[in-house]
Amino acid sequence: MNRLVFSFLMLLVAVPSTSFAHKVWLLPSQTVFSGPEPWLTVDAAVSNDLFYFNHFPLGLDNLVVVAPDGTQVEAENKSTGKYRSVFDLPLTQQGTYRVAVVNNGAFASWEENGKRRRWRGSADAIASEIPADASNLRISESVGRVETFVTNGAPTEESLQPTGVGIELLPVTHPNDLYAGETATFRFLVNGKPAKDLEISVVQGGTRYRNSQEEQQLKTNENGEFEVAFGDAGMYWIETSHQDEQTKIERASSRRMSYAGTLEVLPQ
Amino acid sequence: MLKRILLIVGVALFSVGRARSEDWQASVEIPRLSVSEYHRPYVAMWIQDEKRKCVANLAVWYQQTRSGEGEGTKWLPDLRQWWRRSGRSLQMPVDGISGATRPAGKHELTFDDQDNRFSGLSAGKYSVVVEASREVGGRELIELPFTWPSDKPQKLSASGKEELGEITFVIPATESLSQN
Repeated sequence: MNRLVFSFLMLLVAVPSTSFAHKVWLLPSQTVFSGPEPWLTVDAAVSNDLFYFNHFPLGLDNLVVVAPDGTQVEAENKSTGKYRSVFDLPLTQQGTYRVAVVNNGAFASWEENGKRRRWRGSADAIASEIPADASNLRISESVGRVETFVTNGAPTEESLQPTGVGIELLPVTHPNDLYAGETATFRFLVNGKPAKDLEISVVQGGTRYRNSQEEQQLKTNENGEFEVAFGDAGMYWIETSHQDEQTKIERASSRRMSYAGTLEVLPQ
Repeated sequence: MLKRILLIVGVALFSVGRARSEDWQASVEIPRLSVSEYHRPYVAMWIQDEKRKCVANLAVWYQQTRSGEGEGTKWLPDLRQWWRRSGRSLQMPVDGISGATRPAGKHELTFDDQDNRFSGLSAGKYSVVVEASREVGGRELIELPFTWPSDKPQKLSASGKEELGEITFVIPATESLSQN
């Protein structure tokens, strides 16, 4: 299998997916751990339903795992199958890990010999792959983050420090301290700054077993904060996106950012 | 050596002498379950304040040796509320609190009223919480509210439905404390 071609395909699917009905997600085996070296295992997929493997695997080339001490660590046993990718992570440190697939890239379209050309790839490849004199050129940057959080022992926040790129979820309530019947508060940042009026959708997993999505539609306030009331215990998927013109890519006119996170809510 | 024996005898006498109404007493029943695969439950017992903050850990019973499934501490988060309120910030085992899992039956616990877990309690509303979680079984949590201090002894009791049987907790009257 040509890995490069394959991962490129993954990128095509993963990046724009939140703009369609598809949901991109990481599903951790559990989020609360204890012991000297417990192992986390994660499924990564793109699907219509939560959390079922029925559409496409999510590529793991851009998997970024931040350990409790703030350093990046490598996942093990990475594998991509027909419908899902899988990886394992030994939790050798005490505290919270941030596990994310961060897809940064660009889309372009232009006219060549009277025909519309479309292109997707990394920002670095633009110069070599798009003609300098392309007519009607439109380039947009895309910044996508798909993530989840897991904690060994007591929750910590060192690994949750924002990178300042794209949309990021910051804890007011720690993401590994969520319980049914309680209200949690989070803050969304866009490029490291609190983002007002982001439209957020929160959906509980297990959509196959109910008739409607039962989606909670929320909005961030002027501090970038929003509250979620978790009625039932379970895995939840939280999604938002934002578009602006603040791209740093040369010739690009817009920037599209997306965020999808998986949170576990435990029973009281 | 003699000194040590005397000391032990002395402590023993003192303990016998102190097995009195001033002690805090608990009884936790683990029901006998007829299931195809039985594992002893993990049990935690603690006192929490009105804000659900754990102010005193009373007991945590878990599998303390390594098994084919790994270290017993691995499953401590299954005691979900205890884990959140207290467990995740503790270094197990904890002297005087942690112990091995126990079989079905009634287990009596006695706590010295001079124990600073109680003597340090400020006035207010509390509850004793007992949480049990069993491998391939269920999980149950029982809360027994009480007010501290009280001039009458308080006997709290409740019964679980699945993973816990009868739970009783006896709190001595505060008067007896002040007379000491």
